[in-house]
Amino acid sequence: MTWTWFHRLGSPPYVYRLAQRLTPWFAWSAGVLILAGLFGGLVLAPPDYQQGNGFRIIYVHAPTAWLSLMVYTWMGVAAAVGLIWRIKVAHAVAAACAPIGASFTAAALATGSLFGKPMWGTWWVWTPRLTSELLLLFLYLGYMGLRASFDDTQRADRASAVLAVVGIVNVPIVHYSVVWWNDLHQASSLTLAGKDTIATSMLVPLLVSLLGFTLYFGAIVLVRLRAEILRRERAASWIREALA
Amino acid sequence: MTIQFQSMAQFLAMGKYGAYVWPSFGLTLLVIVLNIVWARRLLRQAQLDARRRLVIQEQNA
Repeated sequence: MTWTWFHRLGSPPYVYRLAQRLTPWFAWSAGVLILAGLFGGLVLAPPDYQQGNGFRIIYVHAPTAWLSLMVYTWMGVAAAVGLIWRIKVAHAVAAACAPIGASFTAAALATGSLFGKPMWGTWWVWTPRLTSELLLLFLYLGYMGLRASFDDTQRADRASAVLAVVGIVNVPIVHYSVVWWNDLHQASSLTLAGKDTIATSMLVPLLVSLLGFTLYFGAIVLVRLRAEILRRERAASWIREALA
Repeated sequence: MTIQFQSMAQFLAMGKYGAYVWPSFGLTLLVIVLNIVWARRLLRQAQLDARRRLVIQEQNA
């Protein structure tokens, strides 16, 4: 097996151009899927037999919560790759992930609160799922704050990467909290192996939404990544070509 | 799959859950739009700065 693809992904000009070329594909497919998924969830899916039309919040709560965890995983893995192989582009990916992840974690908490009030009778409870998701938000904010406290990009990269890598521990805790502990939060309705505990007519719009949000993250992170690369590559002559 | 609502009023009411469903969707759409605006603004600023640096380098060369 050759590793040329891996080495190319460490090259700022290559990644910049690749990101530029891929962004519209991610953006347009994400736009179509998100609109279709949300329409399906709001209008086409049948009301839940217990939660009535209130269950439709799931079509924004689950995708935002999914992104909060997926983006952190990308951030942590990219930070680890940056630390281990000293690849600048990897640190740039991690830095590009953080604000996106933070905003979707906040959205997951807020939509969860709006879900909890009518279904549980409370905006907030200090159960493992909710507490660990709140910690996830603080990890994102801590990562961004730590980056901002350094003038030197390399030192910011290294210090913040350690925090990002350590914080990965929290990702499985958020995910499995409802299995490990008796949480007020319901268990996941989707599993990779085994039977989903959700009707097909409800499931299809949810899967479309989840895929749409995932591709949307791809588009946003690629735009942010280009900005990060430009900011880091101060004297590079390829920039002249890239900006032409 | 069929449309689950008979009227616009019914759709907006969402049973008794309209006050929770619509803010959830509105907030999520807001986060989606803001991320697009922030990312594009960041890239435009970075491109502007890079261009400015290129000009300064040429003047010094």
